[in-house]
This record gives sequence, structure tokens and C-alpha cells, in this order.
Amino acid sequence: MSSDAWEAVIGIEIHAQLLTRTKMFCGCALSFGDPPNTHTCPVCLAHPGALPVVNREAIRLAIVAGHALGCEIAERSVFARKNYFYPDLPKAYQISQYDQPICGPGCFRFLTEDGEKTLGITRAHLEEDAAKLLHLGGEGRRANAEGSVVDFNRGGTPLLEIVTEPELHNGPDAASFLKQLRQTLVHLGITDGNMEQGSMRADANISVRPVGATGLGTKTELKNMNSFTYLERGIAAEVDRQIAILEAGGTITQQTLHYEPSTGHITSLRSKEEAHDYRYFPEPDLEPVVPDRAWVEELRAALPELPIDRRERWIREYGLTFEDAEVLSEPVQLGDYFEQVAALAPPKSTANWVRGELRALLRDRGQEPWESRVSPAALAEIITLVESREISMPSAKAVLGHVVEHGGLPREVVAALGLGAIQDEPALVAIVEQLLADNPVQAQQMREGKDKLIGFFVGQAMKATQGRADPARISELVRERAGAG
Amino acid sequence: MALTDLTAEQSITAIAAGRTSSEDLVRAHLERVEHDDWNNFLAVNREAALARAREIDAMPQRPPLAGVPIAIKDALSTRDLTTTAGSRILEGFRPIYTATCVARLEAAGAVVIGKTNMDEFAMGSSCENSAYGPSLNPWDTTRVPGGSSGGSASAVAARQAPWSLGSDTGGSIRQPAALCGIVGVKPTYGAVSRYGLIAFASSLDQVGPFARTVRDAALLLQSMVGRDPMDTTSLDWPDPIVLPTAGRLDGVRVGVIEELMGEGIEPGVRAACRAALRRVESLGGTVVPIELPHASYGLATYYLIAPAECSANLARFDGIRYGRRAEATDDLLEHYERTRGEGFGPEVKRRIMLGTFALSSGYYDAYYGQAQRVRTLIVRDFAAAFAEVDVLASPTSPTVAFRLGERTADPLSMYLSDVCTIPVSLAGLPSLSIPCGLSDGLPVGLQLAGPAFSENRLFDVAHALEAAIGFDPSPPGVTA
Ligand SMILES: [Zn+2]
Repeated sequence: MSSDAWEAVIGIEIHAQLLTRTKMFCGCALSFGDPPNTHTCPVCLAHPGALPVVNREAIRLAIVAGHALGCEIAERSVFARKNYFYPDLPKAYQISQYDQPICGPGCFRFLTEDGEKTLGITRAHLEEDAAKLLHLGGEGRRANAEGSVVDFNRGGTPLLEIVTEPELHNGPDAASFLKQLRQTLVHLGITDGNMEQGSMRADANISVRPVGATGLGTKTELKNMNSFTYLERGIAAEVDRQIAILEAGGTITQQTLHYEPSTGHITSLRSKEEAHDYRYFPEPDLEPVVPDRAWVEELRAALPELPIDRRERWIREYGLTFEDAEVLSEPVQLGDYFEQVAALAPPKSTANWVRGELRALLRDRGQEPWESRVSPAALAEIITLVESREISMPSAKAVLGHVVEHGGLPREVVAALGLGAIQDEPALVAIVEQLLADNPVQAQQMREGKDKLIGFFVGQAMKATQGRADPARISELVRERAGAG
Repeated sequence: MALTDLTAEQSITAIAAGRTSSEDLVRAHLERVEHDDWNNFLAVNREAALARAREIDAMPQRPPLAGVPIAIKDALSTRDLTTTAGSRILEGFRPIYTATCVARLEAAGAVVIGKTNMDEFAMGSSCENSAYGPSLNPWDTTRVPGGSSGGSASAVAARQAPWSLGSDTGGSIRQPAALCGIVGVKPTYGAVSRYGLIAFASSLDQVGPFARTVRDAALLLQSMVGRDPMDTTSLDWPDPIVLPTAGRLDGVRVGVIEELMGEGIEPGVRAACRAALRRVESLGGTVVPIELPHASYGLATYYLIAPAECSANLARFDGIRYGRRAEATDDLLEHYERTRGEGFGPEVKRRIMLGTFALSSGYYDAYYGQAQRVRTLIVRDFAAAFAEVDVLASPTSPTVAFRLGERTADPLSMYLSDVCTIPVSLAGLPSLSIPCGLSDGLPVGLQLAGPAFSENRLFDVAHALEAAIGFDPSPPGVTA
């Protein structure tokens, strides 16, 4: 059998840190990068007698996320203790949710170049993050370390764990899904989605089966992929590995795996036999979560336009390409900026300007459009001036460059720099005639059919006018005058 | 009369009248604490208590509890004051915060004089599971004071404190109160914040008072109840606790739990309880038999739920952040095993193992799940009973104080000490124990229980009975 004979079946689990002000079960502030163990208290250090208190903002964010994922919001959800010993887990149990999560079944829509696809969401639940272990010496790896220390600042950070149905079949779709899920969560202010810093992490459950089969093969779990590329590559590598084993007549062992991006190797973290028995049971220190239904509906009604709906609208109403829409939608501030400009100028040109000239100019300065001196109104004005031929393209770029540098209103910049297109027809005619006279050889060759030389004359004219002439008009004049001469 | 013989109420009156001061009272009790014949104290708070007493004495407007001393069970976290929960694993541990209930009492003017001995992590019924040796019963020092709050009960009986705090999971306040001849109250689950109570079984644990009179117990509870934002299982308290004044029980219907008046209950205990019930009738109340069909499953249910919860609650004691740590090792698992192996006593280990097993994959439903279902049935039994009667009565303990060592070899016989108190705990209801007489010269406790939030009714009934019974809470040879 070839690899075409196999179908991969993939489900994703995502952990996203919530953008609350304080931790999941205590009043300590969330922070990234503060000195170790400066945001701790008896609760998140698990001192004897301390008790958890649920963060209501985390509940709100979970419900908003549930709405965005099309999930049912449970009438009653229950926290549970997940028991295991590790130094990053001070209570030796993680407060999580088990059989009664806050968000029930749902469905997430995402765009691919083949169009819109959907992925079933099994559930989403709230839990607390573990603390951060730092291994000293031995290149930071636990096995070789001289010692380990714990920073409890992260311990107790609210997490939303989202589990999908095993309905994906390849790495690129998995990456597309994760990208757009991340975008949606960031857009709604649920998480900052920073995968490098670990505020969003993904695991993939992977199995393969012969094409046409309906049952599921034995699955493996690929842990902690912290970029879209690694997710895509890791899945590809694991699918290949499984197919190779099956084609050689072997069987897949259920296990937890690690994908090493630098080598592309997959290694086993633990087998099913080594898996923990977490001994889940309902958390007796916390009441069940029974959100007020009116509040749940209020949050649903207040949901803003989702990124996928925005992108589909741009493609439908603005005539953007899939790629335009994809590039402009990320990050959400860029999309907002684009929309503000597109409200005042032709959207398709706006897309080109924002994606092209503007970002290129700003990249050198390490700025983003929405934080630059180029207000949406200013960019829209430049685009409008070009469209109405009041300035030439080179002038427009010069104006934009000036606004990037100094700010200001484009019309005033145009006037101040004298960049307005030369509308004075006799002056243009004079320039063209002078050029034809000064370059008789080229003029003759052009008349004899060397059309390329029109460009030469246009270039000369632009130079002579310092870019203020309309190249299209010059081109017309060159043909006209050369023919007449 | 010695200062240490005063009840808390009498002390407050004496202070108000200028006949004594908080400092004198605290000093007199510290004196008895420091000559501790009963091993009741694991930590003494001498300097801080005296300083606080002087501070209160200097106040133009005294707080309600006026600087009366109090002893606190070592299961409650007290900032800077050593707190061990009777365990080796917390040897020398000084907490960074104070339990809400203790903080509330301190704010109301109580002065903490020390921390009392207990069965390790509140697991036991005799105080013999303390890593620091058992407390002794002031009525007979060859006998146990009960447990797990044995030190708190014994200290109040022995006049080392007029009142104290204990915690009750399956009987840990009521049973030692009975064995030491004093009043002990386990309030409605959620009445008193558990924030700062070192957890044994979270769904059952409840802090409550010990005192030598019902009115003192009510006064102490009055200053503690009510919702605490740090404990989401704590409750908004509907009506304030009022000090009981009732002398009659006209119209009060008392149900006798028949299952707890027969086999397994010592004849002397039965007799004292029957005598108390006759007093109910003579005070105008009625006494009717009541059945709690599922109460007999209480003990089995409790010994699944409580160990299951404790197996998780005690997992935090790993010697990494605080407490006693075993000698260093390179291996993490070995670190856990050594620290916990050396730090925990045998009963604690037994219950952690029981609970771990009861929660294990494949067994959860048959054990923990089943126990939760039976717990629901017991809750319903009580609801049905309280449709017929106002108060339920039974012995608090099936026996009077037993001898040291008598039951240590047989855990099951020890567990049976709580057979009368456990069903009420599983239902989360308030109940208290008052002394109702002697059997062979040792105190017998009568347990009264009511529906949730019926503390005021329980105090009224207990107060009327207390007066009618006229029990003298003075162990022979103890009173100065
Ligand atoms: Zn904290």
C-alpha cells in the first residue's frame, strides 16, 4: 500500500491562558517576566488550610469563548481535582473540570483555500496552570540538571482547555484551524495567544486508518507544539511514522510523544502503562458553577463579529482575495486599521497599500500601521489623491514617506513639497517636445517601431518633473508628438 | 473562686465590673497551661497573649469578648504561632496567615493563649494519633480525652482555658466534649469559614466551640459565623446567634434515634441519656422514637468519603515549600516517599491509602461514587425526621472515656467511637453535645441535632436541659 491508501485522523487539544487580571483561584496578579515568586499567596502556594475561590472573570471569558466556538454553555459545571505529584503543582492536585465542563459540544468554522471547513468541538473547560520549573545547569534539561527551582508566579494562571473532535485529516488543515482558533480567541480578548511564551499550547492526537475505514486506529499524543509550523511538520512526521509501522506489519503503541523541531525526530515521553491514574473527583472546596442564564445570553448577544465572518465579508463585499483577507486579518489591530481606511477609500486599493507600501515603509522603523503617524484618514486621502490622478504614484509614495516620518495631512504635504501632478497641459507638451528634440536618435528609432523607447521618454519626463507628471498622460503625449513630428 | 474557674461570660462580667483584668485572666490560665499535666498544649503564646491582654485592658471601649483567653486547636493556622496539626511533617511550621475564624475571634477581643494537641491531621478519636503524645483526660489521666480535638476539650475541662476551638469532621468536637464532660458544638456545614483550617475532609470539616456552659458556646459561635469571601462554601448567616435563656421545653418535639440507643451502646451511657430524655418531658417537651434507616451505613460511607478527600488534601505535604523535609536525595520520587514516609503517622497513612484506593480508576464508582449516593440517602433520612420533630437526640459516644492504648491496636474499634456522630456530619447538620451525667464516675454526653441553621433552637434546648440536669463540669482533683 502507498501512503495514499491511508487516512490520518487528528484531534487537537489547546491550552490557552486567559487574560484575566488575577489568578484562577486567588487574588494574585498575573504577570510575565516579573521576578520569581513575587506573585504568590497562601492559596497558590498551597499553604495548609488555604482554599480556592473561583475567578468570575475567568468564567466570563470561558463563556465568551464557548459562544465563539458554538458550544453549549453548561447550566451547571463542576470543578474536579486531578491528582498527581510534581514540584510545579503545590497542592499535588490541579483544579480542573472533568465530567461536567463549562462548555459542551460545539463547532468551529475556519477558512482554507478550498473554502470554509468546520471542526467539531468536544468540550472546553477551565483549569489552573502549573508553576514554572527551572532546571539549573545541564543545559536546562531536568535529567542533567544540578538542581531545579520553582517560580510560582505562573502557578494558578487560568487556562481554558479546548478539545476538538478527531475530524482533521492533515497537518495543513490542523495548522489553519489552530491559527484561526488563536485569532478568534485573541480577537475576543480571551488570551494573548503568545505561543512562544507558552500562553497558548497545542497537543495533537493522531491515528491512521485505511482509506474508507470508519473505525479509529490506535492513537498517539504529540505534546506541546508551540508553533503552527511545528504542528504541521510534527503531524506529518507522526503520520509517516505510523504508516511505515503499519505497512511493515507492525502495530501502533498508544503513547505520548515529543516532536523535536530541530531534528524532526519523534521520541516517546511515556507509554499507556506509565500513564497516571489521576483519581479525579469533584472539588469539595468549590460550589458548582451555575451561571445566570440571562448573563450567558447577554454575553452571547454582545459577541462581536468573529474573524472568520469578517474575512468572508471582505472577500464577498470588498472583493479581496483569500490571501489578502488572511494577511490583513492578523493581528486584529491590522484588520481594524484596514477597515477604517477602506471605509474612506476603495477597499481593493486599500488592501494593496496596507499590505504593500505602508508595511514596507513601517517595517524599517519597527512600527505597525495602527501605532504609526499615518492615520487611517491620511492613508485614505493619499489613495484618493492617486485615484483621482491629483498626484502620481511616485509622489504618493513620497507623501506617504513624509507622513510616516513627520505626520501631517497629505494634501498639505503635497502642497508644501510641490508634489501636485502637473496639470498644465502646454507645459507638459513643451517638456515632451524638448525631450524629442534633445534625443533625435531615440525619437527616430521609436518612430520606426521601437515601442520600448516610449518608456525611455516617460522616464526622462518624470525626471524632468521630479515625478510630478502623470506617466500615462506623458506616454500619450510622446506617441502624439513623435507621430506628429 | 479562682479566675480559672470562671466561665467566659462570668469573666466578661468581672472585667466589666473592674474586679479583674484581661491580663490577670490570661496570666492565670497561662499558669495552668505551663504546668500542663495533660499534655494539652503543643504551643504556648505567652508573650504575645500578655501583650494583647494589656492592649485590650488599655482600650477605652472593650471589644465584646473583653480579652478573655482562648485555646485553639492546632489544626487552625495562626500567623507566626507554630501550627503542626499534630503531625511530625509540620514540626516547627510557622504559618504566614491566620485562619478567618481565629482572626474574627481576635478582632472580637479573644486572646489566643496556645495551640492544643490533637490526633494527627484530625484523624482519630482518642488523641493518641498525635505525633507529640496523647492528651490525657482530666477525669482520669489513664484515659483518653477523645479526639480528634482532645487537647481543646481536655484544656477546657482542666481549667486551662474557659473555652476553646475544635474542628469536627465525623465527631471530633462532640465526642471529646462528651468524654471530658463539657459542651461541644459542631455548627451547620458552612456556618464557620474553613479558611485556615488545615483540611482533613473538606466536605465535612467544620470549626466549632468547646465551653463549660451552653451560653459560653453560643457566645463564641456568635463571633465566628457568617460568610467569608475566602471560603466559597461558607454561608450567609440568616439570624444572629442569641444567647439561650429558655428554662422550659413546652411544645418542643424531641426524636430519639432508636438505632443509636440499643446494641453497641454501653448500658451506663444509655441510662444517662434516658434520664436526660425524661427531663425533656418534665420540662414540657415530647419525646418520640425516630428511625433513620440509612444511619447504620454512616460509618462505612464516612470511611470512604473522608479518606478519599484526605488523600488529596494531604498530598501538598511534600517537604518542598514548608514543613519537615527528609534528608536530601537525588531522586524526586524518593524525596516524596521519604518525606511523607517519615512525616506521617500510621493512621494518616492508612487513610491516605484507603482514599487513594477508593478514588482509583475502576473502583471509583463502587466506592467513592456509592458512598456519595448513600450520603444522599442519609441526608433524606434526616429531612424526613425533621418533618416530624424539632430536635434529634442520641448518645454522643457509645462509651465513656476509654483507657489509653485500649483501642490503638484495632482501628475498627476506634472508628466505632464516632458511630453516633458521623451520620449528622454526613448530612452537614448542626449538633452539639452536652454532659448529661456520669457513668462509673466518667462523663456521658447527650447529642442533640437539628436541621440546618437551627443553632439557636439547639442552644435553647441544650440550655434548658443543662439547667435541669445540673451537671458539675469539675473533674475531681482538677479544680483549684
Ligand atoms: Zn495567589
